[in-house]
Amino acid sequence: MSAPSTEANGKRGPRGTVVIDAERCKGCELCIPACPPEVLRMSSNRNASGYLLPELLEGCTGCGACLMVCPDFCFEVYRFDPKAAEGA
Amino acid sequence: MTDPNDPLRVIPTDAPPIGACRKTGDSLPPLTLMGEHDLCPGCGEPLALRQILDAIDAMDMAQRAIGTIGIGCYTALTSLMDIDLIQALHGRAPSVATGAKRMRPETLVFTLQGDGDMVNEGLQEVIHTAARGENVTCILLNNGVFGETGGHMTATTVLGQRTKNSIEGRDAGEHGFPILIGDLLARLEGTAYCARASVHDAKGVARTRRFLDRAFESQMKGQGFSFVEILTMCPTGWFLPTAEGPDYLDQELGAIHEVGELKKDGVLIES
Repeated sequence: MSAPSTEANGKRGPRGTVVIDAERCKGCELCIPACPPEVLRMSSNRNASGYLLPELLEGCTGCGACLMVCPDFCFEVYRFDPKAAEGA
Repeated sequence: MTDPNDPLRVIPTDAPPIGACRKTGDSLPPLTLMGEHDLCPGCGEPLALRQILDAIDAMDMAQRAIGTIGIGCYTALTSLMDIDLIQALHGRAPSVATGAKRMRPETLVFTLQGDGDMVNEGLQEVIHTAARGENVTCILLNNGVFGETGGHMTATTVLGQRTKNSIEGRDAGEHGFPILIGDLLARLEGTAYCARASVHDAKGVARTRRFLDRAFESQMKGQGFSFVEILTMCPTGWFLPTAEGPDYLDQELGAIHEVGELKKDGVLIES
């Protein structure tokens, strides 16, 4: 995927994103209220085990709160590098 | 499956982003062999495990850490952990840790125990270990139920808490009062560091890590017994939907087992 559009992120642009290991997720929903910018929500998609999966909306800051509260080690957190992006 | 009328844009999360970015958080905690485990959805114990392994890794003690493990759901997490471990009998981990530390004083020795293991089965082990001032760190994962054997009441179950054998809620007249093990151990002279943390939210998880760091540092300074109690969610044992686990932990268990440092550098911290 490429860097998401900046509309929902104000002037500073997107600051981060996450990769979710869908097959490991057990749909516990702990990440949803833990997300400070409230950009995680439950989707209607299920993994092979039948668990409902979370999905990410625009506005992730890459703070890593989801990673800290995920019992199934599903989240990988990335931060965009604004300086490198400007130069590109 | 995404609703085309939904104004919010869903960001793909199946692959790392392309372009200028850096990975700031790995999905697997350090010192793990794999991430898959069979614990229930919404369990708080893997959250505590991540912080324990993170703390050991940050201290660069992976090659000199010895964990002694009690019996409980968390015992299943040992197949994930890439550090030296000893499986103790039910409740006997503090005594096993005592032996390990006395033979190898340069190592970081910790126990990983549940409330059923530490406060029911092996209460005297941890009390004597603390009273002797053994230079080990005991870590208690406290969720108020015997999770592994079906969710029965333990000695730390709070009044009013529903479990398999206190289905109307724990009643003081019938079941007695909960043991606040952290407060009990803090009063013993051999205890150098004692704290209670909770993993009900990201802030609580970060605090858990701070307390673990201080406990391990206290041990490596040779100050004496150190103890960290971590309150963890058990939505299965509490008969709750997983999403309600953190609030129940904070408001019900957290109200009785109050979070905070109880003793630091051998000095009691009065609340």
